Amino acid sequence: MSQKKANMPFSMVSTISLLRILLLGLLLAAGAARAALTIEITGAGASQIPVAIVPFRAEEGLAQRLTPVVEADLARSGLFRTVDPGGMNPVPHEPEQVNYAQWRARGADAVVIGSVAKAADGRYDIRFRVMDVAKQTQIAGFVYFASENQLRLTAHRIADVIYEKLTGEPGVFATRITYVVKRGTRYELHVADADGFGAQSVLSSNEPIISPAWSPDGTRLAYVSFEQKKPVVYVQSLLSGSRQAVAAFRGSNSAPAWSPDGRRLAVTLTRDGNSQIYLINADGTGVPQRLTQSSAIDTEANFSPDGQSILFTSDRGGGPQIYRMPVSGGPAQRVTFDGSYNVSPRHSPDGKSFTFIQRNGGRFSVAVQDFASRQVQVLTDGGVDESPSFAPNSRMILYASRVGGRGILAAVSSDGRVKQRFSADASDVREPAWSPVVNK
Amino acid sequence: MKRYLAVMSIALLAACSSTPTSEQEGAAVEDRSGATASAPAQKPQTQTTGPSTKPLADKSLSGNPLKDPANILSKRSVYFELDSNVVRDEFKPLVSAHARYLQQNRTQKVTIQGNTDERGSREYNIALGQRRADAVKQMMTLLGAQSEQIETVSFGEEKPKATGSDEQSWSENRRADIVYPND
Repeated sequence: MSQKKANMPFSMVSTISLLRILLLGLLLAAGAARAALTIEITGAGASQIPVAIVPFRAEEGLAQRLTPVVEADLARSGLFRTVDPGGMNPVPHEPEQVNYAQWRARGADAVVIGSVAKAADGRYDIRFRVMDVAKQTQIAGFVYFASENQLRLTAHRIADVIYEKLTGEPGVFATRITYVVKRGTRYELHVADADGFGAQSVLSSNEPIISPAWSPDGTRLAYVSFEQKKPVVYVQSLLSGSRQAVAAFRGSNSAPAWSPDGRRLAVTLTRDGNSQIYLINADGTGVPQRLTQSSAIDTEANFSPDGQSILFTSDRGGGPQIYRMPVSGGPAQRVTFDGSYNVSPRHSPDGKSFTFIQRNGGRFSVAVQDFASRQVQVLTDGGVDESPSFAPNSRMILYASRVGGRGILAAVSSDGRVKQRFSADASDVREPAWSPVVNK
Repeated sequence: MKRYLAVMSIALLAACSSTPTSEQEGAAVEDRSGATASAPAQKPQTQTTGPSTKPLADKSLSGNPLKDPANILSKRSVYFELDSNVVRDEFKPLVSAHARYLQQNRTQKVTIQGNTDERGSREYNIALGQRRADAVKQMMTLLGAQSEQIETVSFGEEKPKATGSDEQSWSENRRADIVYPND
């Protein structure tokens, strides 16, 4: 998919970054297709923006219609309410065809219109505009050139533009998720679109795989595999499929976390005795540099977005609690105080808070704590929730849970209002992680 | 040089013959972990047309104490209480027997694999399982085994022996296993 500046009302996005998405998309498409995850939504945002999405001109001829995907994306966020676009005469596809009075009467704040045409090179020329009903002006307009297998991605990018223009926050519909699927005694590491479509297996093993973590540029995954009869940390390229053991020292090697520059990993090693956090190079070169110095368990490191500090889990005070320390070394400070079991910290990408798992009376819930106020909000009812990770816009938290003895994925908004449940057919799904935004 | 080539070709043969049963099946995945370098040493198979000889089968008169069900060394699992890495009294004879065996067989290596029940963070459980394996190792080294003979690793909650979500399964999974290379 490429995007070009057309007439004045359309804006342009970097073609280099789009090329990268394209590459990633092609390589992932090379793997075998797997069952899709379906998403069920409960709850809604405090206020929902009413938006009408008019089916694009000539999209009914496409192998994948665009506006249903856009509508599903916006609905899934819980922040939008779709207004019925039917019965307008003429059906608007161009700005001059928009009858603002009628849209106002239907309660729409914004109207999305667009059209599809065949470009000279055989790709599709897809144009869309977001019209502000109150101001009666265009607030966004883009043209995309997409081949047939890029239609879903194009729809997600259109949803991202609408989301950003109407909420002021970046959209994350064109991102991906990774997770581990257990089928019988087989383990597979999957990568899928954020809406659960297009799942691809990137690794298959007879031994467990845990803790996948996206590199900041979204092109590599670090994970822990037990294929050598012990935990070993690997880094795998999604572009080439090649992989490398980057931490395979004596003892156990686990809990990889990327530095924001993508050059280093924090990992938990037992090479010198107890489980401690070390920094290693992401290409596996060099000697590990020990970061924590305790006689307790220190594990589950996670870098702050500015790369200056890490959060980690430690039982140095008795039970497991979350601590923070500078990456340059120095004393660690305890940051969680409610309850006797707080684990698995992950920074929000905006750096303002972190999510973690809190145990209350034998139940494990997803919680979020604000750095400034130290306020803790428990977001899920709990049970056996684990492995939380933020969406790149800090709005949603993806985590693993269990229903009827099977592992499932779920997501909750960071204010606890919107809840989504991803379900895959008859397999056990766990260890999710949300990709970064790779187009910026 | 000739010998080097022979070893190389055997390693290649071993690498080729092992592909159909490969455990790892990545999508265009290249394994750079050096697995081929550690291909098991195999004697070249010489084609003989004449009479062939066979070594006398090793009947277990002298026996392998590690495999003899009557020997305490055939027992390999140490079980733990909830949230504990203390080796209970009932497992001390087992641990000391393995320590003595390692003391008497200085070239023998062993791995101790720690495990936990399924509750809680997977990564924190890796660390808790490691602590159980380390507790067994510490007792063995106090009883005469050398630290270098023992590698401790953890499976956390990832390889449960019992798959139920009840106390009986959980107690079965709070365990450290002593594993010898040829087990």
